[in-house]
Amino acid sequence: MPSRRQFVAAIGGLAAAQLLPALASAQPDPFAPLIASFTGGAPVRQGRVTLDIPSLADNGHAVPLLIKVESVMSAADHVRRITLLSEKNPRPVIATFHLGPRNGRAQIATRVRLNGAQRLMAIAQLSDGTFWSGSAEVVVTTTACLDDS
Amino acid sequence: MRRAGFRRTGRCWPSVPVLLLSVLIASASEPQRPVPLKSGAEFAGADARAMQADDFGNPGMLWVTRGESVWREPAGKAGKSCASCHGEAPVTMKGVAARYPVIDRGDGRLVNLEGRINVCRVRHQGAEPLPYETDTLLALTAYVAHQSRGTPVSVVIDAQNRAHFERGHDFYHRRVGQLNLSCAHCHEVNWGKQLGPETISQGHGVAYPAYRLEWQTVGSLHRRFRGCLSAVRAAMLPAGSPEYLDLELFLAWRANGLPIETPGVRR
Amino acid sequence: MALARVQLPAAAKRGEVVEVRVAIKHAMETGFRFDNDGRVIPRNVVTSIVCRYNGDEVFRAETGSGIAANPYMQFYVVADATGEFVLEWIDDAGERGMERAALTVTA
Repeated sequence: MPSRRQFVAAIGGLAAAQLLPALASAQPDPFAPLIASFTGGAPVRQGRVTLDIPSLADNGHAVPLLIKVESVMSAADHVRRITLLSEKNPRPVIATFHLGPRNGRAQIATRVRLNGAQRLMAIAQLSDGTFWSGSAEVVVTTTACLDDS
Repeated sequence: MRRAGFRRTGRCWPSVPVLLLSVLIASASEPQRPVPLKSGAEFAGADARAMQADDFGNPGMLWVTRGESVWREPAGKAGKSCASCHGEAPVTMKGVAARYPVIDRGDGRLVNLEGRINVCRVRHQGAEPLPYETDTLLALTAYVAHQSRGTPVSVVIDAQNRAHFERGHDFYHRRVGQLNLSCAHCHEVNWGKQLGPETISQGHGVAYPAYRLEWQTVGSLHRRFRGCLSAVRAAMLPAGSPEYLDLELFLAWRANGLPIETPGVRR
Repeated sequence: MALARVQLPAAAKRGEVVEVRVAIKHAMETGFRFDNDGRVIPRNVVTSIVCRYNGDEVFRAETGSGIAANPYMQFYVVADATGEFVLEWIDDAGERGMERAALTVTA
């Protein structure tokens, strides 16, 4: 799992090869190099993936999250895996979920730790090899990870 | 030079409203309860409430589940489990937590649920008492208190426990720490208002042992007291201190009528 | 002490999509916290959560410190045959946990 240091170094080293349209920002997308490392440079399309997360989290130590991918989840057409990325956490990859046609529905709920207000992104890989993404912004007042108590 | 906010009246006596206010403050030493009585759940946020309401999703229930197996485990020299004497907890422990803290009939001390569990361990099981915040004591306390979930707190102040109650009341109203605040300043006078990212609750203990997101685990009411004292930069007494037990009795009286919620989920 | 819970309906019709929920008691120690003596508390998180249905893997999560303490997961599975759900997890320290639940599938 890449460390935060490697991640920041990667941003500095890469040219502005943006895989995703920048969201109202003139800076390179911080997710881009990390995404490239597991999509192998394949294009990632926005859509089909939604992240349901409270816009204001009660506490960053446990924020409920629902990931949904539009898919019939048949043997021929299903979601293979979903990777959840954090913009601000010390470890950017929160989790990777592996699914298949036996799930019937590409929907996962869990609770995440968030190190401050940030954007979360989920990248889904489908059985046909294509990648789709969705993201959500969360405001967190009491942060997890580095706020020791 | 005229100081802003002061009117020159030419008199030294305080005005009538100030006199009335000081009379009210003096009479505030009579035991008071917030009106209306509200559980901490109302101030904890929608996500915490949803987590608490969902018996599977409530992380505190993992401790209740563990408590159920501890209840059946033999402990100590007598080789007895809680179940050996008390049978099925959902039957025998129903409503018990709502009456606590109580005066222990054996030695006349005020005990809370944790204290009563340890009295049983030492006296009847021949086992060592469990320290506060150990997983086993938290699990057992949460399991026993959970059997009273929904039961309104009903603590009676009588001649036997009145001295404890008075001490608890005094502690609650005493200013402490570098910030020089009493429990009452936040939880009696300013509940419902914002303090940083939190909304100040009325400070009831009905959800404890509770899963606090801040702790990322279940903790006792005494751990919560310690957190509050640390926040006002006061010396933290150890969990299990007689001062905390007296305070717990006062808080229980103050929460009379509110249903037990253990295991609660709080921020 | 390893403790996990699995929740799913006791029975379902063949082809029905059922909701499965799992909860694991685990501190998910991040490796970023310090003890009272100023020493780093070593990282120990659940790294893998796997659910098998009649022996076949139907869900796998590779997790890290970004998942909240006492991990909770909810996902879906198509009920196709009566049998057993087995949840298994493993953490950084190599501790494993397992929990089972039965599902009866009617025609």
